[in-house]
Amino acid sequence: MVMKKAMLVFVSLLLAVLQAACSYEASKPADSSTIKVAYRYSGPNTGTEKWLKKVKQTFEERHPGKKVEIIPIQASEGTFFAKLALMMKSADTAPDVVAEDTFMINADAAAGYIEPLTERVKGWDDWDNFNDRVKKGVTTQDGSIYGVPFSTDTRGIWYNKNIFKKAGLPVPWQPENWNDILTAARTIKEKVPGVTPFWSFTGRATGEATAMQTFEMLLYGTDDPLYDEKRDKWVVKSPGILHALRFIDHIYSNGLGPPLSQVLNGTAGNTLAEQSMPEEKVAMALHGSFLSGSWVEGGPAPWPEGTKVYGFAPMPTERGQDPGKISLSGGWALSISAKSKHKDLAWEFIKLATNKENNKYYVLNEGDLTPRDDVAEDPEYQNAPGRNFQQSTEFLEFTDFRPGNEDYPAVSTKIQIAVESVATGKASPEQAMEQYAQSVEALVGPENVMKKE
Amino acid sequence: MMAIELVHEKSSQRNLSNAGSLEKKGKREHVRSILFLLPSWILLLLFFFAPILLTILFSFTNMSLTGSAARDMDFVGFKNFVTMFSDPSFRISVLNTMVFLIFSAILGQQVLGFTLASLMRERSRSFRRIIGTVVMAGWVTPEVVVAFVWFAFFSDQGTANVVLESVGLKPVAWLYQFPMVSVVIANIWHGTAFSMLVYQAALDDVPKEVEEAAKIDGATGWQRLWHVTLPIIRGSISTNMVLITLQTLGLFTLIYALTGGGPGTETETLPIFMYNQAFINYQLGYGTAISLVLLVIGMIASLTYIRLLKLKT
Repeated sequence: MVMKKAMLVFVSLLLAVLQAACSYEASKPADSSTIKVAYRYSGPNTGTEKWLKKVKQTFEERHPGKKVEIIPIQASEGTFFAKLALMMKSADTAPDVVAEDTFMINADAAAGYIEPLTERVKGWDDWDNFNDRVKKGVTTQDGSIYGVPFSTDTRGIWYNKNIFKKAGLPVPWQPENWNDILTAARTIKEKVPGVTPFWSFTGRATGEATAMQTFEMLLYGTDDPLYDEKRDKWVVKSPGILHALRFIDHIYSNGLGPPLSQVLNGTAGNTLAEQSMPEEKVAMALHGSFLSGSWVEGGPAPWPEGTKVYGFAPMPTERGQDPGKISLSGGWALSISAKSKHKDLAWEFIKLATNKENNKYYVLNEGDLTPRDDVAEDPEYQNAPGRNFQQSTEFLEFTDFRPGNEDYPAVSTKIQIAVESVATGKASPEQAMEQYAQSVEALVGPENVMKKE
Repeated sequence: MMAIELVHEKSSQRNLSNAGSLEKKGKREHVRSILFLLPSWILLLLFFFAPILLTILFSFTNMSLTGSAARDMDFVGFKNFVTMFSDPSFRISVLNTMVFLIFSAILGQQVLGFTLASLMRERSRSFRRIIGTVVMAGWVTPEVVVAFVWFAFFSDQGTANVVLESVGLKPVAWLYQFPMVSVVIANIWHGTAFSMLVYQAALDDVPKEVEEAAKIDGATGWQRLWHVTLPIIRGSISTNMVLITLQTLGLFTLIYALTGGGPGTETETLPIFMYNQAFINYQLGYGTAISLVLLVIGMIASLTYIRLLKLKT
């Protein structure tokens, strides 16, 4: 009997402990005076970090008793969105304000992670100062607005003028078609040994950058789209895809690209901007306008004369067909988590963080283009030393955006596999396209894909 | 007649009452044992069976990390499994998993572990201790650190290439040209100590007399190993096979940190494929279905070993 009683006591104690453990999180009193702001930490001293700290200070001064907690999420590009999604899934962990890459906005809005801001921007005068093209990036297919952009960018080819002169190539340089790029790369390989003729993101580890800055920069210059907007279908097989993959194959099978061991890992972008380019070991880099942000004073690799050594040329279309040159734009936006308990306060934070003064502070420190027309016209921005804001902003005239489809992030990962397998020679362009077609079809369903001969 | 019957009745009654008290006692024991087992059963149900059941449940849904399916998940029947078996990258990763399992665990760790253990037999204590420590170093090193060590070893200016260059050979981009070989070597280095320990213990239990008798009968070294030693430690072999197979099937950190499953899909084993589908492609339901397949493969492999090694008796 005693045994039994002891047993009973033990079991009920155990259950009590388990229960307490399960309800511990939920019973924690909600801190009503702190808003949490989550962003991707990509290294020390970034402009984003400085900007958020500055806004935090102003915010806390203006709202006495309120606190801002900045949460840096340390993750590679690929895993950042998974971490963020997991945080936003639960009200206990959801940050109030999140910095989202605009390509995730459609998917996260469909998931119900982020709050529509359509009503809020209506009553906000400052919204008119944002560039209309950039607003496209934060607007879902049904016209709702889910974020306030704080940056945008354009893409093109950074080329080293010194190396080009050494190789006997014209400076300033403007390629008319893909062939001009390949010819220049071959000339450089021959005449200036020891440098990488053509650099572009190639690995799965660099995530979206590989899909967008390499594959899509090529594909958007062919006759075939990635996504047929009229029929609402993914084009999984087309001559354009094949030509884009052949271009990549040509670069790597002829030794015109960087060593695979450098370009396939997650830090490839940092190595390029902070090491290979300042050492002038790269002749051409297919990259974003924000690249020079690494070179500003106080940045990760200060090199103010970088934008004098490297020119920024628009990417030509495949055969020079209309419109002749292309660019792709993305950017980041601040959104409010749907599970946030302080949405009004979060909105106040976003308005403050994206106002003229703070946005200018951000772009001057980070190197991204501004989404605000009034900042774009500011002479301090236009003439910022070590920058090419004016030229990069010109690219906005012919820039394009990625498909605003919620499946895009998943399709992007299939593109990354195709690019990496071609670059490493594990698959021919034909095989890689076949594999891409099959895996996208499995992902989105056969009714949502189409093939072009 | 009557008397006899009476006695008989009495005795059977006594028997009955005896049995009754025994039964009662047994019941009490039974209840008590249930009470004792209850806490562990609750824990098992809560933390073991519930997740497995959930896994099975989720594998039939389109649960997702983002997109509209993250808001409301639907039951999609066998769609995940149909997708999986028609997905070329699934087939590639099953093949990679098998290659990785066979070369790094079954052949590499097992054979090397056994060889080390039998070579260390009857050696001096200090010899055993030194070799044992060296091999154990790989085992006690955390997987992420192992990955870093081998990443450094195989990198462009790493030890492997320095050695190659010093004998006049061209350096090799190991992790890109021979990615599978690289991860297999790293895993052998990491896991061999486990097999070695198992076989050391097993070999210590082999009676000397049997081996000596075989020796006197004129059996060669190989014959003694094949016909005498191995059959005796059969039990340990199958246990070791099961353990290292399950360990290797589920291995994630080492490969992920070393190659990330790449280049392309060269070293993408099932756990990495699963991770990519679930957390990079945001298809949680699909990832769960893959984990079920992984579970089934592990079960089949374990049962096969146990069967095979039993049949040999």
